[in-house]
Amino acid sequence: MPQTMSLKFSSVFPLKKARAHEVCGDGALAFAAISAGLAQGAVVWVSEHRQPVVNPEGLLPYCDPGRLLVTRADSQNNVLASAETALRSGAAGLVVGELTGPIGLTEGRRLQLAAEAGNTTALLILPDGAGSNAAETRWRCAGLPPASALSQRQISPPQNGPDSTRWRWSLIKNKIGTLSEWIVGWDAAAHRVIVVSEAGG
Amino acid sequence: MQRRIVSLWFPRLAAERVLRAHPVDAPFALTLTERNSERIHDLCPRAESFGLQRGMTLVHARSFCPGLLTRPADPDADQRFLRLLARWATRYCPWVGLDGRDGLFLDITGSAHLLGGEAPLLDDIRARLARAGLSARLGLAGTPGAAWALARFAEGIAPPGESLSRLGPLPLSALRLADQTCTSLERLGIATVSDLHNLPRATVARRYDADVLRRLDQALGATGEQISPLQEAPGFAVRLTLPDPIGLLDDVMAGTRRLTGHLCAQLDKAQKGARMLRLTLRRVDQESQAVELRLARPMRDPERIAALFERGVGAVDAGYGIDMIRLEAVEIEALGMRQLDRAQNREKDSLDDLVTQLGNRLGLENILRFQPVDSHIPERSFTLVPAAGSPPAPAWPSRRRRPLRLFAPEPVIASGSGVRQGGEPPPRFRWRGRSLTTAQAEGPERITPAWWENDDSWRGGLRDYWRVETGEGRRLWLFHTPQAPRAPGWYVQGEFA
Repeated sequence: MPQTMSLKFSSVFPLKKARAHEVCGDGALAFAAISAGLAQGAVVWVSEHRQPVVNPEGLLPYCDPGRLLVTRADSQNNVLASAETALRSGAAGLVVGELTGPIGLTEGRRLQLAAEAGNTTALLILPDGAGSNAAETRWRCAGLPPASALSQRQISPPQNGPDSTRWRWSLIKNKIGTLSEWIVGWDAAAHRVIVVSEAGG
Repeated sequence: MQRRIVSLWFPRLAAERVLRAHPVDAPFALTLTERNSERIHDLCPRAESFGLQRGMTLVHARSFCPGLLTRPADPDADQRFLRLLARWATRYCPWVGLDGRDGLFLDITGSAHLLGGEAPLLDDIRARLARAGLSARLGLAGTPGAAWALARFAEGIAPPGESLSRLGPLPLSALRLADQTCTSLERLGIATVSDLHNLPRATVARRYDADVLRRLDQALGATGEQISPLQEAPGFAVRLTLPDPIGLLDDVMAGTRRLTGHLCAQLDKAQKGARMLRLTLRRVDQESQAVELRLARPMRDPERIAALFERGVGAVDAGYGIDMIRLEAVEIEALGMRQLDRAQNREKDSLDDLVTQLGNRLGLENILRFQPVDSHIPERSFTLVPAAGSPPAPAWPSRRRRPLRLFAPEPVIASGSGVRQGGEPPPRFRWRGRSLTTAQAEGPERITPAWWENDDSWRGGLRDYWRVETGEGRRLWLFHTPQAPRAPGWYVQGEFA
């Protein structure tokens, strides 16, 4: 798609409130964790029983695990229904739903309406290509190989320093603007996302 | 005011309780296994007419009466039934106590006139119990002891001051004495209460234990005797009976709202909060459906409780209409006064409501919170506790970097230029059907198993964990088991997204 104007990262992230968003790709979990860290108030995290629960220790650099309300449902339908209930109640700042299958337009639109009614942001973690057209934005996130990948394998002792992980976040659907992609990293000390470069801008 | 006591004795409480539920037209008895054989616990008058009696073995009884129908006795249920009767008896007076396993004491002092006097009161009790299928024997006197004696041996009323004249001719066992004592007194020719009363007190006190005189004094009113009223567990329930059946959701919810208002007023007075509520909707065809509501936190706010019922009530099939709604607080907890109008409280309230709503759909055990656990084993360093009633973890301890997702270890197929022993991660490996290359690796971080715990997944001994950044972009948490009993191998246990 030809891009005429570059899209500002700050205009699309942090995610727009009271809207339903979708994320897919290998780095989707980190995207959700960062969104949870930037949201206000409690975070409701809905997932299915058969999926392992997100690891709170891994969440720690991004978001305080104590803010999470972990909800375990037995089917995708119940995940969607619980997410809708949580959105509508307006008690949480962000509702994250982990889905394993595709959702239709009806489900997506219901979540969007619930998010508007409760003034709560919804974020669905989906497999690639399983989203619905009702979402406000859809992101594809992937980790970037380290810069030295091509030259040679590096072995280093364990470090506890700042995370140098980089992700490529591509905005692949945007209801109110153009698409773009960015290389981003997480600054745990400042608790914010840093944009390294505008990859596709 | 002169004390007046009614003693109520149910001679066939156990048998009649069962017969009420399962009427039979045959000699009937309850059996209980005692002293290694099945014995008759209680029986109906028809069975008694065959010469059966309590304590007889069942085999013996069957030889008298081959057509005897029996059921196993349930003494605990009988006691519950007696408590129920005690609660019913509070319609006559507020002060009702249990008397042994088959009797009640009613302290009707000052309340007999409500039913037109003592005789009409006894008649009323007798008539109501007869209608319920219970035979009862009643005695009314100035003391529990005298009332007890009258109920067992000479039904009737002893007017104030006439206890002795009414009790005098009764046998000694009317004094609630042990059988042995009665026999021994009877051998001396002392057969009735008046005989005992006429003896010099000093001689009786010297020869018999103190119980004899104490029982006599209690019966005649010289010594006081307390009746302990039952402590009634506070019950919180309200009911709405409708003249015409209703069926629309809005109507039922309006009724529910009215009930929650009343119930919450009751709870408020007692400083309690409901933890679990049951709304029973009875339909015209006598079917009843219950909607249960488990709350994340004790609550007595009528508006919020009514709102939480909405989903459950919507699922009820009203059939031809609902004519009775009953709301009961099944589980209650103490809930003190609380300051209401603070923003922080409101936020917490709405989160608790959300826990309740989600819990009603998925079960409260599925709404969880993370709590840190002091363990160096990565998969055991946290636990999930139900969010209802548990505060969030105050501060999470900061540890080493851990993956965002942990899963059960998955073996990888290492390939590439010679897998070095106990060494560094393989340069190339296959995992979940993808071939990946190691671009950067951080490690090792050695974690030894908790030897004091017997964990099958840690059979392989200690693990060297590596944080591997692959050339394909995924960041995995690999470990190597250098001490594994079989071949040491590489496994993936988590993924840093």
